[in-house]
Amino acid sequence: MTDPNTTLAHVDIADLAAHDKTYLDANELVINMGPQHPATHGVLRVILRLDGEKVLGLECVIGYLHRGVEKIGEHRTYTMFNPYVDRMDYVAAVSNGLGYCETVEKLLNVEAPPRAQHVRVILTELNRIASHQLWLGTHALDIGAITPLFYTFRDREEILKIYEKYCGARLTTHAFRIGGLQYETYTGFEKEVKNFLNFFRPKIDEYEELLTTNRIWVERTKNVGAISAEDCIALGVTGPVLRASGVKWDLRKAQPYANYKNFDFDIPIGENGDTYDRYLVRMAEMRQSVRIIEQAVDALPEGPIMAKVPKVMKPPAGEVYHSIEAPKGELGYFIVSDGSTQPYRVRVRPPSFVNLQALDLMCRGELVADVIAVIGTLDIVLGEVDR
Amino acid sequence: MPDEIKPPAPPPPDGDAKPTADEPAILGGVKATPSGSVQADDKLPAEKPAAPAVAPPAKPATPTATSNATPVAAKPAAPAKAPVPTPTPWDSPMIAKLKGSYGSGIEPLTYAGQNYMVVDRSLIPEVLQVLRNEEQFDYCVDITALHYPQREKQFEVVWVLYSFARNERIRVKTQIADGATLPSSVPIWAGANWLEREVFDMFGIKFDGHPDMKRILLPDGWKGHPLRKDYGILQQDNEWVQINLGIESGQ
Repeated sequence: MTDPNTTLAHVDIADLAAHDKTYLDANELVINMGPQHPATHGVLRVILRLDGEKVLGLECVIGYLHRGVEKIGEHRTYTMFNPYVDRMDYVAAVSNGLGYCETVEKLLNVEAPPRAQHVRVILTELNRIASHQLWLGTHALDIGAITPLFYTFRDREEILKIYEKYCGARLTTHAFRIGGLQYETYTGFEKEVKNFLNFFRPKIDEYEELLTTNRIWVERTKNVGAISAEDCIALGVTGPVLRASGVKWDLRKAQPYANYKNFDFDIPIGENGDTYDRYLVRMAEMRQSVRIIEQAVDALPEGPIMAKVPKVMKPPAGEVYHSIEAPKGELGYFIVSDGSTQPYRVRVRPPSFVNLQALDLMCRGELVADVIAVIGTLDIVLGEVDR
Repeated sequence: MPDEIKPPAPPPPDGDAKPTADEPAILGGVKATPSGSVQADDKLPAEKPAAPAVAPPAKPATPTATSNATPVAAKPAAPAKAPVPTPTPWDSPMIAKLKGSYGSGIEPLTYAGQNYMVVDRSLIPEVLQVLRNEEQFDYCVDITALHYPQREKQFEVVWVLYSFARNERIRVKTQIADGATLPSSVPIWAGANWLEREVFDMFGIKFDGHPDMKRILLPDGWKGHPLRKDYGILQQDNEWVQINLGIESGQ
């Protein structure tokens, strides 16, 4: 929240009056970057306090996409709630589903069979690539580089085709079920995934060629929106933002879930915690995801895809918190069961919500155009912020 | 909008061939009969209770298979009675230290492999401070609340904390009565700001000392706290809707 005392030196009102200046010369201007705005990635309202073009502080007003998902969760059975979680972070729906299914599986004390976990990893990492591609396209578009948008969306189509063949939906996939998978992988799944990987590897190089050493890009993103590692940890910021500030922490390595420990991959980190580093971290993450999918697709085990889960799910009373590394950060589910078929409380810990708190700190002293860049680099999805 | 829908009928017997692209899985085990009506099919390839019930990983405080002990019989036989998992006490050097300082105010338990402690309300800002400063729980993952209207202390506020140094995650819970307030954790973790605002917004629990205690997701003038159990699923603040949107709250 903006603290008026922390920023500018005090201005003497009498001095202003004496020199007959108009109110437009006053040092502070409060401007509304309203909920309808092409660059706020959804319905986000940002109230900026400006000194000319420089931001003194800002306040985010959210809740325009609040749909009461947590309340709905208390009135649906566990299986019925599964499609709702896709709609929160609608860009990375598969990840949301993974987190939810794993949490309920913990409550039920079942574990998905190895084949199911493998396929889950493949689909989740494909989703990570798709989410980062969308991020790259829209972030570059906000900054003014229009071309990457077309490239990334065109390449993202291949992933969405795979999802469509697998579960029928492109965006809100509802791909996983509690206990495993509903659908067996279609014939040709491994081949198509491998084709996608071969198709995609040169594409990351293409995106990098467009942006990484592009002078305009570097000038627009270097030293913009820098945040230190201590601030990130204090604010609870996770995901690529935290990693770009230098903290080598990824839930897939720290608290592995869904057989990630069987795969070999690196955690890219950045140095300065600015927008450029976050860009580099996400590009590197895409490469690491390709690496994971490669390993997973070669080693797909045979076996059942669904564990023994009762049709009527009544987990024993208790509470479980489980989180996964979603493309945006730590996505956590805290589910409390009272022994009945419907959860007593479903709490979703959204990474975008917590990351968005950092916006104020990151934008102090930046220009308004940089605010757009920082909102883009935080990679927020309002569906998740508001639920 | 039905609140509760009964899931489809009897558990299926052993399925046959697993569904491939040629034989797509039948969703929900329902398919159309020649007469046009939709009926649950007895021979379902959808669920495969085949291979051994996956042995649950050894976790403290969880018993052997609870629900997976359900025998896959053609008729809905009563599931094998398994012991209901309950939270069991948890000890560690950190807990020993905390118990030494605070004694009975802290009750450490563990459930499903996850550790948590139920802390007395009076100890609250202190225990959190100690956890952050001395025990290195520097990352406040989440703050949320639960509402148990039957209890005398209706609300349970939960902090989920994680320590990077120890790679350990714990929960701290405390129980407060309706109308009671809690000291804000913002001085301890800056990220608690919006999390506490959301708890206030959804449950009405105020945090003393919070720099900006106001609603975050719902509009500022909204009356009512939706995640409380006495707030209906279809309930809205009709007054706010009428004034601000100019419509009869339309469902």
